[in-house]
Amino acid sequence: MVHVLAASSHATNQGFPLLTALIVLPFIGAVVALLVPVRRPELIRVVGYITTAATFGFAVYLLADFNTAQHGFQHYQLVERHRWMGEFGVQWFLGVDGISLFMVALNALLFPLGLLASSKVEQPKSFIVWMLLLEGAVMGVFLALDLIVFFIFFEFVLVPMYFIIAGWGYDNRRYAAMKFFLYTMAGSAFLLVGILSVAFLYQRAGHALTFDSTVLVPWASAHGSLAVITSKWLFLAFAVGFAVKIPLFPFHTWLPDAHTQAPTAGSVVLAGVMLKMGTYGFLRFSVPMFPQAAVDLAPVLLVLAVIGITYGAIVAAMQPDLKRLIAYSSIAHLGFVVLGTFALTTQGISGGLFTMLSHGLTTGALFLLVGMLSDRRHTREIAAFGGLWKSIPVFAGLFIATAFASIGLPGFSGFVGEFLALLGAFLTSRWYAVVATTGVILAAVYLLWAVQRAFTGEPEGENVGLPDLSLRELATVVPLLALSLFLGFHPRPVLDRVDPASRDLIAHVEQTTKYRQPAVANNGPKVAATVGGK
Amino acid sequence: MNAKHVLDLAWVIPALPALGAVVLLLFGKRIGEPRAGWIATAMMALAFVASVITFGALFSLHADARSHVSDGYTWIASGGFSVQFRFLVDPLSTTMILFVTGVGTLIHVYSVGYMHGDPRFSRFFAYMNLFAASMLVLVLGSSFLLTFVGWEGVGLCSYLLISFWFERNSAAVAGKKAFVTNRVGDFGFMIAMFLIFSKLGSLDYAVLGGVHRLSSTTVTAIALMLLLGAVGKSAQLPLYVWLPDAMEGPTPVSALIHAATMVTAGVFLVCRAHVFFDISSTAATTVAWVGAITALFAATVAVMQNDIKRVLAYSTISQLGYMFLAAGVHAYDAAIFHMVTHAFFKALLFLGAGSVIHGMHDEQDMRRMGGLRKYMPITAGTFIVGWLAIAGVIPFAGFWSKDDILAKAWFSHHYALWIVGAVTALLTAFYMTRQVWLVFYSDERWRNPELVAATSGEAHREEHAAALGEAPVMHEEAPASSGAHADEHGDFTPHEAPWTMTGPLVALAGLAFIGGAINLPFTKWHLEFLTSWLEPVFAGARVINAPSFSQGLALSTVALVIAAAGIAWGIRVYGKGLEPSGADPGAERIGPFARVLANAYYIDVGLSRLVSGPITTFALVVSSWFDGEVVDGLVNGVATATRTVGIGLRRVQTGLVRNYALGIVAGIVVLMVWFATRVTF
Repeated sequence: MVHVLAASSHATNQGFPLLTALIVLPFIGAVVALLVPVRRPELIRVVGYITTAATFGFAVYLLADFNTAQHGFQHYQLVERHRWMGEFGVQWFLGVDGISLFMVALNALLFPLGLLASSKVEQPKSFIVWMLLLEGAVMGVFLALDLIVFFIFFEFVLVPMYFIIAGWGYDNRRYAAMKFFLYTMAGSAFLLVGILSVAFLYQRAGHALTFDSTVLVPWASAHGSLAVITSKWLFLAFAVGFAVKIPLFPFHTWLPDAHTQAPTAGSVVLAGVMLKMGTYGFLRFSVPMFPQAAVDLAPVLLVLAVIGITYGAIVAAMQPDLKRLIAYSSIAHLGFVVLGTFALTTQGISGGLFTMLSHGLTTGALFLLVGMLSDRRHTREIAAFGGLWKSIPVFAGLFIATAFASIGLPGFSGFVGEFLALLGAFLTSRWYAVVATTGVILAAVYLLWAVQRAFTGEPEGENVGLPDLSLRELATVVPLLALSLFLGFHPRPVLDRVDPASRDLIAHVEQTTKYRQPAVANNGPKVAATVGGK
Repeated sequence: MNAKHVLDLAWVIPALPALGAVVLLLFGKRIGEPRAGWIATAMMALAFVASVITFGALFSLHADARSHVSDGYTWIASGGFSVQFRFLVDPLSTTMILFVTGVGTLIHVYSVGYMHGDPRFSRFFAYMNLFAASMLVLVLGSSFLLTFVGWEGVGLCSYLLISFWFERNSAAVAGKKAFVTNRVGDFGFMIAMFLIFSKLGSLDYAVLGGVHRLSSTTVTAIALMLLLGAVGKSAQLPLYVWLPDAMEGPTPVSALIHAATMVTAGVFLVCRAHVFFDISSTAATTVAWVGAITALFAATVAVMQNDIKRVLAYSTISQLGYMFLAAGVHAYDAAIFHMVTHAFFKALLFLGAGSVIHGMHDEQDMRRMGGLRKYMPITAGTFIVGWLAIAGVIPFAGFWSKDDILAKAWFSHHYALWIVGAVTALLTAFYMTRQVWLVFYSDERWRNPELVAATSGEAHREEHAAALGEAPVMHEEAPASSGAHADEHGDFTPHEAPWTMTGPLVALAGLAFIGGAINLPFTKWHLEFLTSWLEPVFAGARVINAPSFSQGLALSTVALVIAAAGIAWGIRVYGKGLEPSGADPGAERIGPFARVLANAYYIDVGLSRLVSGPITTFALVVSSWFDGEVVDGLVNGVATATRTVGIGLRRVQTGLVRNYALGIVAGIVVLMVWFATRVTF
């Protein structure tokens, strides 16, 4: 059966199993760390650093090895396919394309930085073990092309994250961890129902049971395979699972609690890569599998995205806790991703994918910085700060630069992604885009207001005489900010890989539905047939 | 090397100050004072030289060929959307880079003196260079998006420089206010870009040739959205509120950013995108009236300001209004002409004000000045040149450019606009005369601490009363409030500034004097250099000419009479300075209305109250009640209900997550089975 399925268009990787290595390496690291005695914490740290650094090395190799010219709908690279639970149609099936490439890279980048930021954590052994398990699981989410394998990783991610929040979080960590676990798990229940239903319906249609997405996607999206109403229900089932993860309004209230209570590294990973599992799911499965439903139900998602952008910003502005503020700002940023995705234009999807990467860099850096501040002041209350620009100028300079990166100032990566997402949204969903554009005003309001309160003025009381950033701390934040700046001026290395994937996805939607994206999105100035130069 | 090759090197112009900014940001502390300042100045001077060379190269080309897009790289590309990082060198951008780098260099030199002793000396110059680089990208950009990059860059620098002395809360608030208000305008700019791309398929200025094929509704919508952006950046009604507060920044910043260059970006944008306004008369009329009303509004407010910089701030808003008025009647060349002369004389006035503040030991209240011409002769002499220029006295630069605008409004039959412009001119001459007399003539009120104390106690402006005094030197400690350091007055002698400050004043005074020569209205002798230079850029726009020389002359005479009347009126009211009691003689005459003017019609106060009152309350209700109680409450409610049911169903339960997880898995299995057996759909 495997052979039959492998006949699809992509080439199977015969060489070194790079993608498997990306998933397995952190797990091996976790096992090794487990074997090191607790009384040797420095050794455990070394294991953590080496493992995450090696994984990062593999990810860099993956970036270099990725063939930009090779693309096409569901054309994956470095594919690995092995029989696993054959009787259930489950395979160890991995592959990478423009949609997942930078999520893998981002994941590989954030973990070593996250570990570096947690060098003073208590009980380092179990912390590092959980972190490494988390890294491997997230890799699996972005690389798995078998729906069951995907789902297993998607769920497994919760376990280490639960223990990281509950074990190393702040005061109210148990409540937050449990809420996070239950909420996202409840969402996933719908996802599992969706996955199983698609597979069983495929089987019912006279095929062998499989969870191979490259088989199920073309089948489910083909006209006539599923009744219109069925695909709508299935789309919604997937959508609930992913919406909780993103999170979309009104499923977002677990996020601020989880973020605020999580330790720094947890927040970085949570915001940096775990939220994107939701938007990734939409792009990888929901839209390709149920294109007609995506077209029909896009307005629902667009409304939720626009609410996320504006509402997230308004609520962020009013947070007394700096970490909570950034958590709510994530809701707004992810709103741009969903907006771009369901605008169903090339620019919208590319903008969304770019924002997924960019948000990981800037919000990751913001969470790291808040963590450093919290280490110094033992509070995250904005009102307790003041005058920090004067007392810790290097920290303040970095924070303010990162804040502007997050606001989406041109020159930073955030601008490229959000501008493309809004532009793409404007082409098909004009009024949604117009309302969403107010988000650029609101982002300046909540971040600069916080900056003003926390950083300006004369420092008083405990804000005087704080130590400025150490080299180790600089080493965690500067790479993220530098990368954001680099991609702000030179986004092509990312766009050249992401954009073909967006075009292929739109082409797939156009082939399977009556939807056509506006001609201008494809052809730019050539379209303006009515336009003549003087 | 032919001219085109030279023009391909246009990227060097913004790159020079950008390099300076990077070097100073990274190593500024080590470079130290004053070298950091001279490095920044050198970068500006080199950029000016490069601009002159660029100008020469462009000038050597035939008039029709004077538009060149330099090489560059593809910045953003997605689907059919693509934006190049390339620079457009044409008469408009060349005019802009010349005065931006020229005036910028002078202000950098001045800053070396002005910022002396500041603990963040090098940081100041890093921001100034970064600003210059952004401004140059703004004017040189070959597409709307690249202009937007510069647009946001100058906004960032404006934020950083307004709140440069961030220890002072008012400075920090002012910086934030400027950025956020500008973002409201940016919203319009972005929507305009989305519309342009959706209709024309590109954001390059090169596609503007196709605009005439678009529907008139689309053109008007794009034009009005661009106008919203321009209004934010150029501080026009109703988004002007940030500019008066921006005076919290060091005075060279006010001169460079908030008078000469950045605030003209809105006018530049309208001129660059003039084709939309050529086609849409609705949009053009809106531009003209926004400008005219702002010009008049700000001029009336300037009359009753007591802070030396606030007078100039409202004056800037008013003069920018003139430029919008000009652009609105399709006299784009007149708008640019006034932009250039205004850069000369307003930079001069601001730097002169800075010199006064410096010499007066951080005093900014004109009521505590007077008779300074004896102590600061160079500052006084150059300031007077600036005054005559802005008042519109022949042959100073401001006369020619303002006259050009008013004449073109008249000859394009916009008589109502002309009247508003003329009344504004009268008020301009009046309030500037008031300023000159209160600062440089009249009695030496700073010698009289009792009067000083009296004036500071009374009639203080309501909202901004706190700490407007700026501290250019020794601001290690938070500057004392105006009232507190009033006591120190009386036992010092105001002094003239060092050469680094007076040198630029003299140079700018020279420019403010002869600057009009770039565009004299004598068509017969081909003296309208600027107009004919810009002609290829504004080709297609209506050309407005005086029907006859005598009519033009008559109108100019009227303008001169208005200027003279304003000055005479000002001297009549303020010739002796303040009343012996310390009261403002002008305020006495207009009674309670003086308070309204002093508070700028309470617009800013009203907006602040709206934001801090209902809007904040709304946001609080949304965040704590709706998000906290309703949305999250619902979630927790579901959880509680589930748990209650769970407790009911199970005999022993500890509330461990794994049990819930188990429950969920069980539920999934049930659903799964149900689906697997039932689904036929």
